[in-house]
Amino acid sequence: MTVEPIHAATSGPSFRARLGATLAHRTVWPVLALALILIVDGFVSPGFFTIRIVEGRLFGSLIDILYRAMPTAMVALGMAVVIGTKGIDLSVGSTIAITGAVIAWRIHAGDSHLLILFLALGVGVLCGLWNGFLVAVLDIQPIIATLILMTSGRGIGLMINLVYGGTNPSFLSPLLQSLSVGHVGLVPTRIIVGAVLFFLLWLLLRRTALGLFLEAVGDNARAADLSGVGARFVRYAAYLISGVYAAAAGVVLTADTHTSDPVSEGLYIELDAILAVVIGGGSLSGGRIYLGATMLGALVIQALTTSILTSGVPPEYNLVVKAFVVIVVLLLQSKNARGLVVRLARARAR
Amino acid sequence: MNETYRPLAATVAVFTALFLTGGALYNNFLSTLVLGDILADNAFVIIAAIGTTFVIISGGIDLSIGSMIGFVGVVMANLDTVGWHPLASAALMLAFGLGFGALQGLVIDFCEIQPFIVTLAGLFLLRGACFMINLDSVPIRHPFVLVFSGASIPLPGDGFLASSAIVMLVSLVAAVVIAHFTRFGSYVYAIGGDRVSAALMGVPMRRTIVGIYALGGFYSALGGVIYALYTSSGYPLAGTGTELSAIASVVLGGTVLTGGVGLVAGTLVGGMILGLIATLINFNGSLNGAWIMISSGALLFVFIVLQRSLIGASRLRSAP
Amino acid sequence: MTARIELAGISKAFPGVQALVGVDFKVEAGQVHALLGENGAGKSTLIKVMTGALARDAGEIRLDGRLVEIGSPREARDLGIGAVYQEINLIPTMSVTKNLTLGRQPRRYGFVSWRRARAMARERLARLKVDIDVERPLGSYSVAVQQLVAIARALDDDTHVLVLDEPTASLDANETDLILGIMRDLRARGLAIVFITHFIDQVYRIADRISVLRNGRLVGAAPTAELPSLKLVSLMLGREVEQVGERPKDRAPPADAVTALSAQGVGRDRVMAPFNLSLKAGEVVGLAGLLGSGRTETAKLIFGAIRPDQGRVAVSGQPIAGGSPRQSIRHGVALCPEDRKAEGICGGLSVRENIVLALQAKRGWRRPLSGPEQERLADEMIEALAVATPDAEKPVGQLSGGNQQKVVLARSLVSDPRVLILDEPTRGIDVGAHAEVVQLIRRLSARGLALLVASSELDELVAVSDRVAVLRDRKMVGEIAGADITRETIIQTIAGA
Repeated sequence: MTVEPIHAATSGPSFRARLGATLAHRTVWPVLALALILIVDGFVSPGFFTIRIVEGRLFGSLIDILYRAMPTAMVALGMAVVIGTKGIDLSVGSTIAITGAVIAWRIHAGDSHLLILFLALGVGVLCGLWNGFLVAVLDIQPIIATLILMTSGRGIGLMINLVYGGTNPSFLSPLLQSLSVGHVGLVPTRIIVGAVLFFLLWLLLRRTALGLFLEAVGDNARAADLSGVGARFVRYAAYLISGVYAAAAGVVLTADTHTSDPVSEGLYIELDAILAVVIGGGSLSGGRIYLGATMLGALVIQALTTSILTSGVPPEYNLVVKAFVVIVVLLLQSKNARGLVVRLARARAR
Repeated sequence: MNETYRPLAATVAVFTALFLTGGALYNNFLSTLVLGDILADNAFVIIAAIGTTFVIISGGIDLSIGSMIGFVGVVMANLDTVGWHPLASAALMLAFGLGFGALQGLVIDFCEIQPFIVTLAGLFLLRGACFMINLDSVPIRHPFVLVFSGASIPLPGDGFLASSAIVMLVSLVAAVVIAHFTRFGSYVYAIGGDRVSAALMGVPMRRTIVGIYALGGFYSALGGVIYALYTSSGYPLAGTGTELSAIASVVLGGTVLTGGVGLVAGTLVGGMILGLIATLINFNGSLNGAWIMISSGALLFVFIVLQRSLIGASRLRSAP
Repeated sequence: MTARIELAGISKAFPGVQALVGVDFKVEAGQVHALLGENGAGKSTLIKVMTGALARDAGEIRLDGRLVEIGSPREARDLGIGAVYQEINLIPTMSVTKNLTLGRQPRRYGFVSWRRARAMARERLARLKVDIDVERPLGSYSVAVQQLVAIARALDDDTHVLVLDEPTASLDANETDLILGIMRDLRARGLAIVFITHFIDQVYRIADRISVLRNGRLVGAAPTAELPSLKLVSLMLGREVEQVGERPKDRAPPADAVTALSAQGVGRDRVMAPFNLSLKAGEVVGLAGLLGSGRTETAKLIFGAIRPDQGRVAVSGQPIAGGSPRQSIRHGVALCPEDRKAEGICGGLSVRENIVLALQAKRGWRRPLSGPEQERLADEMIEALAVATPDAEKPVGQLSGGNQQKVVLARSLVSDPRVLILDEPTRGIDVGAHAEVVQLIRRLSARGLALLVASSELDELVAVSDRVAVLRDRKMVGEIAGADITRETIIQTIAGA
């Protein structure tokens, strides 16, 4: 057998190799994608980058992107954690629906709005515990397990609405609405909320050993178990986090419309969230959790939508453009696809 | 009874139980009219679900079903406005479905990207294309549409088999033949049962995987054709959420989402169960649509847990 | 007479390891040629070259004297080489008929004729004198029957060479007789059979010729009659090129050393017969036995990675309730598994993260090790075990196999165990580094650690062990202590001579 050299070569890697290594690093792509989109915006929509102050708050397309991306970003954060454990959570949209229904219900019942905020997060906890139970204890495949809540959740939300009589009940909540559409100084509150949630999750994952355990379980659950990491507990935690963060997004979305609409609230948000995670470099087969890059991924998705809006391109093009960007990012992340492109480029060069 | 048919028997039993419950709850429920209606209303979903069954048996998934249905309808409606005969545009759309599905399969296999993501992109692409063509519903006015919806085969009792249901049953027979009487079908089951072993046994992997998704795309497109003819319009939002119903139908039909086990015929019964639940709830004027979602979810839960414990119990052995 | 199949000078390298070096191997028609060797010796690689699953780097393959190139399993099959792999590699969810006829179902007007397929399946099974219900799923049959079906599939009309990779690995005595009987029939019909196995007694029952691989090289080849079992076992567990050092003569833990671990009556049905084993602090106990004798299973049963269905394990007097890896690590037992890829490393995580994982798990998620602390531990271990990596942040999956092994070892050490179980600690580590591992084991035991070392490398066991427990066929059959520990005594106890 060969003997390994202990030291790396004394001369550093060439610029080309380092460039290649950087480009291959998965988190570079969302940054590039975002930059590209913004650059195109700069050309296509004059005034895209202007930020004005109107009535004591910031306005502008850039702010708009941040603002509208927040709910998806929150869900995506939880989704990133779950995907890191080699799982997936399709039920986040339903969690949002149920959260909205509970909010409207308890407001009509007269609870204090602060209490309702906690109840809303409690909904997320319950949904997360349910999913966690199915996946970690009953050992059901995540895609199927979360499909159950996805199918029935909106119905549950509708039932809650009906319980106290009303379809799409609306409400008034200065507290919740300030969180969602208000502003602190110049900055929209929800951006701050999103940043706080990001920071809290980062603390949880990186300032405790939970992040290490989550990634280890997603990478090789058997090895993690043999090292004493309880995979069952870790998976529970992942779905709990996903549920709570989905509920948080539910608070923001519901307060925004100040209506509970279980049928269409958060519709398809799970798809956007999964996309954000994948664009951010996460792999559906588990492993590394890139929290920051996932936020960037959510921004990329929203930037696409906003850019199309401001550029005057009919909004119908939104989905198609989104699809193309996703496809390009995926192909770039695929080794085989990159190899094919390189081979084709070389063949043409000859 | 042969072990393979046990899940199907369970599904049929559930359907029968539900149907009889309906008969106990409501008058005039136990009739071929109701059965025929269920088949006609849900034909398009079941057709799409039949195609999805192949994908799921092979261990994959296809999220682009619903968007294909919408896209097919929108294109057919637009071709109708320029004078195309619906059958001609249908043929074109079927070919498109085949090709689009094949493309998805190729990307999945060659780029080694997970089916979930690739078909998700397909979902966005097709739905987006719908919106680019039309924002509103466009009617299909060709007289053939009336001929189509009028055609039906009477059933004993006062029910009848609508043309959409007939197409669905024909497509089911074709699917059963493909699944159980072609080499391709055995390859699908092999890949789903044990991918590594299938490759070692000489199964042509790429060809089969491309074929699986192409078949799925074809059936989705067929579902879209039926839906368009049934509603005589092309609606860009058509088929939204159908992938969910399709997957649920497949699971309720006894197919295991991990792959390798399942019957195409089961999907028919699974889809009918979903349709039956909706009918049961609609028959009762006071219950609302929420119950449909909740009961579907609950049924899914029961089935999945049962599947899990059955697989654990019969513990198919393989070399340690 | 020209051999049916002849491989000459086959070499094959993977990144970081030379799997085969100039191996010759040939089988005549009507002959059973047994191929033996421990894990990592190169058997699977040689077979994969023979069956077209791998491309060789050098060497020639001849069939009936003709030079051939085997580019894929399909080509191998066309050339008349059939293979049955250890994992059986059929589809358990499909019926026997479907498994036997996959890809070659008889057709009528383009559609499969299942009636004829069933007949075809029955006919193939009949060649092996097997008569079963071909419509049941393959997985509903015992492993032995599945093996038979796999053999039936591998036997086409024009198959001349049959490769059987551990066909009797999961079978009981009766089932083994069945398979061996079939092999005899096939031999009588003129087939050239390659029989890979680790069961010495079966080799002597049926093989005409034996070849032994070790570290990628052919270390012995002879007709069965000329190779007594003692010689065979010593060929398999033979001497390394480097000496790993003499066994210090005064090695023994102090008499008053506390019992660090005691396993009483631990066993599991179909895995290991109940055994007793105890380790004192500072003691090194070796587990010797051939592949398949239960070395890994013993280690895992003690650690709780395989749940025992009887017996008790106690650490320093404290019983471990509900044996699980988590509990064991809490109590201060660590396991360094044999299969590092499947059970050892988290390939996408860095060297540092892998190293601190077990210790961190012991501390719990709320008490994370600080960054500098982790780096210190990682750097210490990288240096102590000479892990070849440019830095501690490199993903472990990118390291060579031997270094991955070292990282897993480092992880066990860092968790500060009282008892350390090592399963094949030098597997995949280059020969020169074996001595380092031996030194390390000695240092650890001097510090008061109790060690259990399961190994196929006799010299290392001899060099480090205070006692050696010998295993054969999933039973603990003997114990050798102190000065009696020599290669010869171990081999004798294993061989049952």
